[in-house]
Amino acid sequence: MATTVQPVEQQNYLNSNYGIKSWLLTTDHKRIGLLYLMSITLFFFLGGFFAMLIRLELLTPASDLMQSDNYNKVFTMHGIIMVFLFLIPSIPAVLGNFLVPLMVGAKDLAFPKINLASWYLFMLGGVVALYGMVTGGVDTGWTFYTPFSTTYSNTNVVTVAIGVFITGFSSIFTGLNIMVTVHRMRAPGMTWGRLPLFIWSHYATSVIMVLGTPVIAITLLLVALERLFHIGIFNSQLGGDPLLFQHLFWFYSHPAVYIMILPSMAVISEIVACYSRKRIFGYNFVALASVAIAVFGFLVWAHHMFVAGISVYAAMIFSLLSFLVAIPSAVKVFNWTATLYKGSVHFDTPMLYAFGFIGLFTIGGLTGLFLASIGIDVHVHDTYFVVAHFHYIMVGGAVMGYLGGLHFWWPKISGRLYPEGWAKLSALLIFVGFNVTFFPQFLLGYLGMPRRYAAYPEEFQVLNVLSTAGASILAVGYVLPMIYFVWSLRYGKIAGPNPWNAAGLEWRTSSPPPTYNFEETPIVTWEAYNYDEISEEKGVEVAG
Amino acid sequence: MWPNLPLFPERASTLAGRVDALYFFLIAVALFFTTLIAVLILVFSIRYRKQRQLKAKQIEGSLALELTWTLIPLSIAMVMFVWGSAVFFYQARPPRGAMEIYAIGKQWMWKFQHVEGQREINELHIPVGRDVKMIMTSQDVIHSFFVPAFRVKADVLPSRYTSTWFRATTPGTYHLFCAEYCGTQHSGMIGRIVVMEPSAYEAWLGGGGTEGSLSATGQKLFQELGCATCHRSDTQGRGPNLVGAFGKPVILEDGRTVVADETYVRESILNPGAKVVSGFKPIMPTFEGQVSEEGLVSLVAYIKSLSQTQQGTQKQNEPAAPVPAGK
Repeated sequence: MATTVQPVEQQNYLNSNYGIKSWLLTTDHKRIGLLYLMSITLFFFLGGFFAMLIRLELLTPASDLMQSDNYNKVFTMHGIIMVFLFLIPSIPAVLGNFLVPLMVGAKDLAFPKINLASWYLFMLGGVVALYGMVTGGVDTGWTFYTPFSTTYSNTNVVTVAIGVFITGFSSIFTGLNIMVTVHRMRAPGMTWGRLPLFIWSHYATSVIMVLGTPVIAITLLLVALERLFHIGIFNSQLGGDPLLFQHLFWFYSHPAVYIMILPSMAVISEIVACYSRKRIFGYNFVALASVAIAVFGFLVWAHHMFVAGISVYAAMIFSLLSFLVAIPSAVKVFNWTATLYKGSVHFDTPMLYAFGFIGLFTIGGLTGLFLASIGIDVHVHDTYFVVAHFHYIMVGGAVMGYLGGLHFWWPKISGRLYPEGWAKLSALLIFVGFNVTFFPQFLLGYLGMPRRYAAYPEEFQVLNVLSTAGASILAVGYVLPMIYFVWSLRYGKIAGPNPWNAAGLEWRTSSPPPTYNFEETPIVTWEAYNYDEISEEKGVEVAG
Repeated sequence: MWPNLPLFPERASTLAGRVDALYFFLIAVALFFTTLIAVLILVFSIRYRKQRQLKAKQIEGSLALELTWTLIPLSIAMVMFVWGSAVFFYQARPPRGAMEIYAIGKQWMWKFQHVEGQREINELHIPVGRDVKMIMTSQDVIHSFFVPAFRVKADVLPSRYTSTWFRATTPGTYHLFCAEYCGTQHSGMIGRIVVMEPSAYEAWLGGGGTEGSLSATGQKLFQELGCATCHRSDTQGRGPNLVGAFGKPVILEDGRTVVADETYVRESILNPGAKVVSGFKPIMPTFEGQVSEEGLVSLVAYIKSLSQTQQGTQKQNEPAAPVPAGK
């Protein structure tokens, strides 16, 4: 524990200005990070509510809780909210926003006003999408496949597509801001080789955001135009090609999976290093793996289309590339594991989340190989096997990483500590609840239960009941942090600048940090993760 | 304990065993690596926990180790790739001589047409031990033909024919699902595949259709629509001679070559100007809106049959196809 406790009344980014206006017009990256935190927490619980409705409906084989029409709208809302309004902005827009300038030793992001604009665009897009969902709903699934979405769906496809289109700009702005900040605003001495792996991952993520997001934006715009004016891009009766949509959609949406998972890997690298008191094993390989995943991620989109009627040889090439993208992910898992070797391992809450991440991500990644193998993919495509696989990646991976990161940096964000016992309980509940929810779905998928079914044959019921039971445990696990984080804001112990004795630059300023992050511009003379220089008792010297 | 807790699907086609073998190999690999990672994490974090290891030993990394855990997973992945592709190749290429059945997906039902003339909805009868090739199209949105017990799935697209094949190995009744989300009653678009002993199948065939074979229906339609006035076998025809044309490459006005497959024939009926055969004028009117999907299927079957009787040894055909044209 740090011995020098800072007085709370010290000037920091939270108390430097008061009033709602000072928040809504702020250009401070930390405050904008908190605006994102509040918005996406709201969306997370909204999306989670729809997830619970889905699980409740699937308790019985018949569609008795909801008509199938409502069920279709509910799973669509769950998907759209979770993907576009929660997972994609989660770590980059909350933790990335808050931490990237702190970690590279900058006063703020490169474009503070664009950063604020990106939050407004995100909210505008979110509100438009939600408006579309409330007034009539949308039943296309988050994938908006044509020609169903363009011609046959009798719902608010255009409104929701425009909502998602708008949030895309916020994603592009965030990516742009992070890229420029990393290039131009590093503190003296912060070379590329000294960047925390968090920054490397966010850099790779930003490249995907900037290059990929315009494609989904254009694609959704085309869907809207086709619906409104019947121009015949995707409608085969007008000479269009329904498969063209799938190519365009997955060209973004596959890399988007890496927008969700790379930042999570970023968090895990920081946590594993801190609680093993070690430099990450093979720093260069982990950093390069992030970039490799970002690059390869753009070359595998058609593995979503093995049974869609693409040619046999195209399927083989995309299968091969999909296997290749798995390799850098495997490298990262091995490196995190090796980092523990001869470390001094602490079992604090963020580390428990990191262990959970590594376990669930390993299962998610390995089951990805089943889908990359074309012979098996033909059978399990569009079944619950796929649902289980991507939830292991997106919830088991991305959400575990997000929560781990939130716990790790919570003292920096709020200046307070959360109650450790409750936090450990939440990590445990989430890990157990998650596995009980999603593991049975692998079995369901191989048995042949298709996804997006409101009703199903009776023999699938036992596994579905198990899955719903797990979801209830999971829900409790997610609500707990919500309660104790808020509780800690008032009653939590004062954290001090560096409660974990962590090595990153962000821990060398006070908690919460002052508005411009550092009293003096730091000069970096050490490698990232110099845990050998940090003694257990003292932590690092605090600047200023 | 739970009689209705199945953990593994029925296996009822020649493909199923191949898919399952690969599946078990992947499960073994997945189990091995999951266990490896879990054990390493447990052992390391307990062996080196803070109470026993006050100071961490800094290790930069190791090129040898990095290469090991890059190359070993890479080579295992390549085995999976080659094996998976081999299974897929088996699945993607219908054997010669497979009997053909046409399927039309529609919100929210499956319609089937046997070449012998029988029509079925949401139920498909097939004989055990014979290769069956499904030729499928959709009337509206994208559907997907999925028989878990056969490990077979293929998307069904509007304006295009896709195909898949299987050879059933065990008589019985199996689920047929629509796997591609297709709208409100998506989960209600369920059918049954009834696999019968050959003799029972023959009896079923005899008991069913009264309309005559599919190609005979097509021939009747061909006459009714007036196709025969232009598509004649003599040189006077204003349209290409269709006898022997199916499955052959066609040279187009603009110099491209296409194969006259099901999709090309369908397109030429509905949108004749799209790919005009070299040497002919684009004078054919469209039949869009005048022919149903079922009608198109029968026209395709008829045009196909024209090639079989004249050519004798065709690549694409099925000996089972019964009817010579023009009886």
